[in-house]
Amino acid sequence: MDTLAPAPAPATAPARTLQPMLRLIDIEKVYQTKTIETVALNRVNLTIGKGEFVSIMGPSGCGKSTLLSLIGLLDEPTSGTIELNGRAVRSYSDKEVAALRNSKIGFVFQSYHLINDLSVLDNVELPLLYRPGVSGKERRQRALDALDKVGLSARTAHFPGQLSGGQRQRVAIARALVGQPELILADEPTGNLDSVMGEEIMDLLLELNRRDGVTIVMVTHDEQQALKTERLVRFFDGSQVS
Amino acid sequence: MLLSYIKIAWKVLMRRKFFTAINLFGISFTLMILLVVMALFDHALGPNNPERRTDRLLYVQTIRQQMQDGLGWMNMPASPHFVNHFVRTLKTPEQVGMISNINNATAFTNKGLLALDVRYADGEFWQMMDFEFLSGRAFTPAEVKQSQPLCVINEATARQYFGRLDVVGQTLELDLHRYRVAGVVRNVSAARIMTYSDVWLPYTLDPGLLRDSRLEGPYLTIILAPSAAAVPAVRREFDQLVRRIPIPKPKDVKAIYAFADTPLISLTRAIHFDVNATRLEDDNLGTFYAVVITLGLLFMLLPALNLVNLNVTRILERSGEIGVRKAFGATGSNLVSQFLVENVVLVLVGGLLGLALAAGALALLNESEVLAHAHFSLSWRVFGWGLLLTLLFGLMSGVYPAWKMSRLNPVAALRGSGEQK
Ligand SMILES: Nc1ncnc2c1ncn2[C@@H]1O[C@H](COP(=O)(O)OP(=O)(O)O)[C@@H](O)[C@H]1O
Ligand SMILES: [Mg+2]
Repeated sequence: MDTLAPAPAPATAPARTLQPMLRLIDIEKVYQTKTIETVALNRVNLTIGKGEFVSIMGPSGCGKSTLLSLIGLLDEPTSGTIELNGRAVRSYSDKEVAALRNSKIGFVFQSYHLINDLSVLDNVELPLLYRPGVSGKERRQRALDALDKVGLSARTAHFPGQLSGGQRQRVAIARALVGQPELILADEPTGNLDSVMGEEIMDLLLELNRRDGVTIVMVTHDEQQALKTERLVRFFDGSQVS
Repeated sequence: MLLSYIKIAWKVLMRRKFFTAINLFGISFTLMILLVVMALFDHALGPNNPERRTDRLLYVQTIRQQMQDGLGWMNMPASPHFVNHFVRTLKTPEQVGMISNINNATAFTNKGLLALDVRYADGEFWQMMDFEFLSGRAFTPAEVKQSQPLCVINEATARQYFGRLDVVGQTLELDLHRYRVAGVVRNVSAARIMTYSDVWLPYTLDPGLLRDSRLEGPYLTIILAPSAAAVPAVRREFDQLVRRIPIPKPKDVKAIYAFADTPLISLTRAIHFDVNATRLEDDNLGTFYAVVITLGLLFMLLPALNLVNLNVTRILERSGEIGVRKAFGATGSNLVSQFLVENVVLVLVGGLLGLALAAGALALLNESEVLAHAHFSLSWRVFGWGLLLTLLFGLMSGVYPAWKMSRLNPVAALRGSGEQK
């Protein structure tokens, strides 16, 4: 099992020293319900370097989303250690973990998870709301910039219900990048989109990675997409198989 | 942060018109009723025409005489003898006055009979109260002593009997007695039971006036303390005085009790949870407040619970939002404050609506003239209390759902189940 060898960096990318950003060591995740016990992840070891674009593939139910929620500090492993920039996540308090999520990580979900009651602009501003010292004016400006990046400057006053799936996912990406995180986690970001729209989203993510050096971990079912990324990790039944 | 929470709250409420409307209905209706009750209470007991100095006015409504051999009690107001020979010897009050029960009298006008409420008062009474004189003046202690046939009438009587207001010096004929009008005052609401009347006459003209030494009679004793701070001292001196009063007929009467009370306490003391209560000194004020506050909270509890229920139900519906907020760095306390602000904004809007509804309800009450000369209104005092109640309501109905919401596991929340951490 080769977990550390990265694909060669594309020629356009800036020269990188592949510092590990995130390390998963012997991760196990067991879901305990009243009747059954599900082992969602079984002794997973994975290192993600700064600036990498990693795709994760595997059949449904093999633990991909679980893995992403652990990487995203949304959940804690049953056993094993997660290290972020060399420090064990376990040693942070709840408040610090929330602050880490806010400053370091951006999420993109398959079903967008936009807040329907809020306008596009307010949705994109959301992560900055939880960041101390960002004024309302600055929030607005940064959200507009992020929307500009995903090509949705003309839709700021719309509500999510008034947008197409592809547009919604672009809003979600704007929201994920507005806080300038080091890491974007995307769980089947094109899963609900047709291939043309999926292509657009994929190009957007690739550009983010190449131009801005954002580390991206993406779960996908699309072999074509996975091949465009630097590194592909396959899962089967809770374990990493390649 | 707070400002953006308020902004978001406002946006969410405007988007959820149905949810907002249902909640607003419950909140505004409850607050309307509470505000109306408070306005009625304030109207009857607050510092209003003509009792403005309520913070230092004390009343002796009844003298309770305990009979010998378990023959029960005799409860009656005081006689002028009680006021003049005992209460006026007090050193601490600024002024002592009296006014009788309400009597009915009839006057004849061109249009027919005019039934009027009449009370007898002394000259000091007018110095302790702040009647608004539209013309003329009150009768003085000296005029009362000389039994001058004077009267003070209210505006309504002036209009009905004379057809105009500038009637000082004119003669009012009541039950075949003639009185010269000394002054005309603004109408006093019938809810001000201590002072209200149509016609006020010198007590020395009271045909039922007894010139013996019995303590009981038809007179309410009124004591004005020099300041609000002096009220306890005045009450203490009064208590000592009552203990010194010789019992007129010791063969029949075992003991005498009387208290100088504020209007509210004189009401609460009259609530006898036990008719043969031995603890007469108990003014029941604490119990009264406890009961009123409990009832008020219970009354608010129903719509509050309804709001809690709606809010808790909506947590499921909003679990995606909660998950997203947590994923992007919201802490538990961020979510609690956001939700509380949302709820308080909702409730404040409901409170304003309730205020408008209450104003409307009071206007209707005023129109229907259920109580003579009563003009109910929402004072700043009532408004302040209403605001406080509203905030209390908002917190009461918001804290639990907010806490529950902040405890959602983000992963489960994103998956859309309401699973707890
Ligand atoms: N909260 C949970 N409680 C119980 N079982 C769960 C929970 N979340 C996920 N699982 C189980 O863990 C396994 C992995 O799920 P998931 O990570 O969502 O898979 P994937 O994203 O690869 O489709 C599945 O068998 C799923 O049923
Ligand atoms: Mg999944």
